[in-house]
Amino acid sequence: MTDWRSEARLRDERLAAGRAHAAGKVVPAGAAIDLLEAILRPGDRVCLEGDNQKQADCLARALAACDPARVHDLHMVQSGIVLPEHLDVFETGVARRLDYSYSGPQGGRIAKMLYGGQIQLGAVHTYLELFARYFVDLTPNVALIAGVSADRDGNLYTGPNTEDTPTVVEATAFKNGVVVAQVNQIVDTVPRVDIPGDRVDFVVEADRPFYVEPLFTRDPAAMTETQVLMAMMAIKGIYAEYGIARLNHGIGFGTAAIELLLPTYGERLGLKGKIATHWALNPHPTLIPAIESGWVKQVHCFGSEVGMDRYIRARPDVFFTGADGSLRSNRAFCQTAGLYACDLFIGSTLQIDLMGHSSTVTRDRVAGFGGAPNMGSDPHGRRHPSDTWMKAGREAQTVGDPLLMRGRKLVVQLVETFGDKLVPTFVERLDAMELAKKTGLELAPVMVYGDDVTHIVTEEGIANLLLCRDADEREQAIRGVAGYTEIGRGRDRAKVEELRSRGIVRRPEDLGIEPLDADRALLAAKSIKDLVHWSGGLYDPPAKFRNW
Amino acid sequence: MSPASTDPQALSWYEASARQRVAALADPGSFREFLGPTERVTSPHLPLFDLPRAFDDGIVVGRATLDGKPVLVAAQEGRFMGGAFGEVHGAKLIGLLRAALDVRPAAVLILFDTGGVRLQEANAGETAIAEAMRAIADLRAAGVPVIGLIGGRAGAYGGGGLIAGTCSRLAVSEGGRISVSGPEVIETNKGAEEFDSRDRALVWRTMGGKHRRLIGGADAFADDTVAAFRAAALDLIARAPAFDLATLEAEQARLEARIARFGDCRDATEIWARLGVNDPEAVPAMTTAAFDETAARVEEAHHDAR
Amino acid sequence: MESLTFRHTTRKPLPGAVQSAITGVVASGNLEVLLERVLPPDACEVSIETPVTGYAAVWEAVVADFVARAQPGGLRISINDGGARPDTVSLRLLQGARLMEA
Repeated sequence: MTDWRSEARLRDERLAAGRAHAAGKVVPAGAAIDLLEAILRPGDRVCLEGDNQKQADCLARALAACDPARVHDLHMVQSGIVLPEHLDVFETGVARRLDYSYSGPQGGRIAKMLYGGQIQLGAVHTYLELFARYFVDLTPNVALIAGVSADRDGNLYTGPNTEDTPTVVEATAFKNGVVVAQVNQIVDTVPRVDIPGDRVDFVVEADRPFYVEPLFTRDPAAMTETQVLMAMMAIKGIYAEYGIARLNHGIGFGTAAIELLLPTYGERLGLKGKIATHWALNPHPTLIPAIESGWVKQVHCFGSEVGMDRYIRARPDVFFTGADGSLRSNRAFCQTAGLYACDLFIGSTLQIDLMGHSSTVTRDRVAGFGGAPNMGSDPHGRRHPSDTWMKAGREAQTVGDPLLMRGRKLVVQLVETFGDKLVPTFVERLDAMELAKKTGLELAPVMVYGDDVTHIVTEEGIANLLLCRDADEREQAIRGVAGYTEIGRGRDRAKVEELRSRGIVRRPEDLGIEPLDADRALLAAKSIKDLVHWSGGLYDPPAKFRNW
Repeated sequence: MSPASTDPQALSWYEASARQRVAALADPGSFREFLGPTERVTSPHLPLFDLPRAFDDGIVVGRATLDGKPVLVAAQEGRFMGGAFGEVHGAKLIGLLRAALDVRPAAVLILFDTGGVRLQEANAGETAIAEAMRAIADLRAAGVPVIGLIGGRAGAYGGGGLIAGTCSRLAVSEGGRISVSGPEVIETNKGAEEFDSRDRALVWRTMGGKHRRLIGGADAFADDTVAAFRAAALDLIARAPAFDLATLEAEQARLEARIARFGDCRDATEIWARLGVNDPEAVPAMTTAAFDETAARVEEAHHDAR
Repeated sequence: MESLTFRHTTRKPLPGAVQSAITGVVASGNLEVLLERVLPPDACEVSIETPVTGYAAVWEAVVADFVARAQPGGLRISINDGGARPDTVSLRLLQGARLMEA
């Protein structure tokens, strides 16, 4: 007779073994290793919650300390490889296979381990792809997640950094998996229930609060005149022209400068209420002046940001908040929002080639993708029109029946022609291709493909790739904004001038912008302290960003 | 919150260059520079280390008027080598101070922005610090007030902190810092447990403008605008203390009392509490108006001897 | 340190009567530009001292574009570079020319 309940029985066995180390659902931090050794089986698929921001660090330490004779050959399926322990498990043999999405700080080490064969890599995904595969062929057997507090029934309060947790739990708990949560404290009643207790099997009271990195704080004091100039060009040459209301920003200084120019330069252009009203965005501190000036209608967040809690609580008309008042973020939903409901993505990158492909990979680092490829791509499944989307579509496609035309998402690369240490941003060949060869990746890690990019903004001007009619025009348009890099100096000057006459390449003066007016005085806040003032004292920046 | 402004009166002191500070601080158009950039009096040492020079060696000196009264001004550029003292840089300051003894201006203003002495020209730099302190003592004895203005990104550290200590009066902004050993130096020598230089809130609590004002290490607290520093300078010139034996003895007594009273404190907030500040934790976030009120109630902040 | 000098002939002198001006600061990624009206009205000379070697071709291109655009006849321009990027150099040169035109 067919056995239809083998997974459920295995789950019961795991729970029974785990209960030996628990009082009800509650497990002391000191017993975390015993718990994991009891519930894990060799070869299990395990999600060790490592999000873009929040880290299940206590459980990561416990997993890394497990006896490889008992726990081995695990298949790790998690979005972030962020902590050293996330890779330590591959050195001890506790884990063998890996499917992941983002590995910013561990990018160098992961490249070495891939090269040395210590990790069997499935694939590097975007967040949405990995989440999708949780429900198809990478469903976790065990999920190790993180929250702020839980009650004794396992009802979980994630705090403002809900992030990936609901997605991970959904896939694990409803498919015979075991969910273990680490929390900063056990309480009688949680402030709000982010994950219902019947989806959480064990609760570990962590030895210290889980770690969150302030990834989205950009100090206005570090913004340059060049970034101000580029922000002016983006606002006047793209936001105003396409009437961009729904958007997502990357995390660089350039986009932060745009946020800080809305209440000053944007106001002067009369754009308030017409652009930048609806956002899929983490709670960037640099958005505070625009919010306070009445520019922003609403913001849905992937995660939270350190120091923004009190401010968000005081602005529930703008942010999504729970009954307890604190932010509710959700990476899967916000990624979907960025993909399908935003008309523009604008972000930075490290390298762009002559076709417009871009990558943040450098030779020795596999940093992964995170969410940028989803934000920075034209979703072919989109069916609802907007003026912005339709205008971009018309620019891209000039023939055929208008009723059969599709719109285009605007995907804008905002880059300075040279990066740190005079490294050129524009290159003949992406380092990503070299890296793919060296580490045996089937696909070069391209962040945004050339056919998804619609505009490139540099300090030299804006290249509108939608209007280019062939590969040669496209190449010259890119060279035409590549400044004094070798790519830029290699331009066909006559061709670039012809593109300029057609509005494909636009200089600051073509937009009525005088580069010498690009002054830091235009920034609505010139320091973190200014942001605190704008917030009425509600923003509480981390100590490393303070100078008072 | 006011929107961004390009009004020179609202120019951020912290953001401005040394030249911008001097031009906006003095009466409009009154500044005349000595040994300006076209004279190319630059460091003879930096090229030996393959380091770029600056045409003014990182300090602007000259004369100007302030509310119609003649003053001599020196302004350090904190972004060039951290505003550090080299041979030429130091000589320009000392020359200005000695000239002041002859021309007897209404005041000498020193716009500090320095990490101390330039490593590459350390001997000349250290000598310059000592000579500057002596020149200031001579000036004060002759009745010329020397006013220090501190609100740049480099603060007043090392020998700059020592020179500041010899000035008649000091004005400081929230972003300004006054000390001798810098945060990184302390951490390197004493360990991060003693002083974590990356904890910037701790750094500013310990060395920043508000703390210096509360314990009387600075005599005025200014908003981070050139206009506020100008107003503070005018006010401080008018109430420079006498430079006599009584003042020096009072200063010594006060320093001894300070170490006795606060020597066991582990954090600046404990000192503020002992000074009678009701809510010490709230001090760093206070606005200038609220802070001025708080400082007005603290006796230690009002003292001719620093 | 690398020293570079570029000499150009301009079609016209830079307007204005300011004799000298300085802009920028020698700091990491920044530079100072000293401009002096001391040359014949159709001549411009730009000399550079930079700690970053090997970028002569880029400097040459930046200076040539600036001269073509600003027509800074009569100016001797001296640069102390702190490793600035070309766009920063262009910006400072234009800022300097504007100060001289005042």
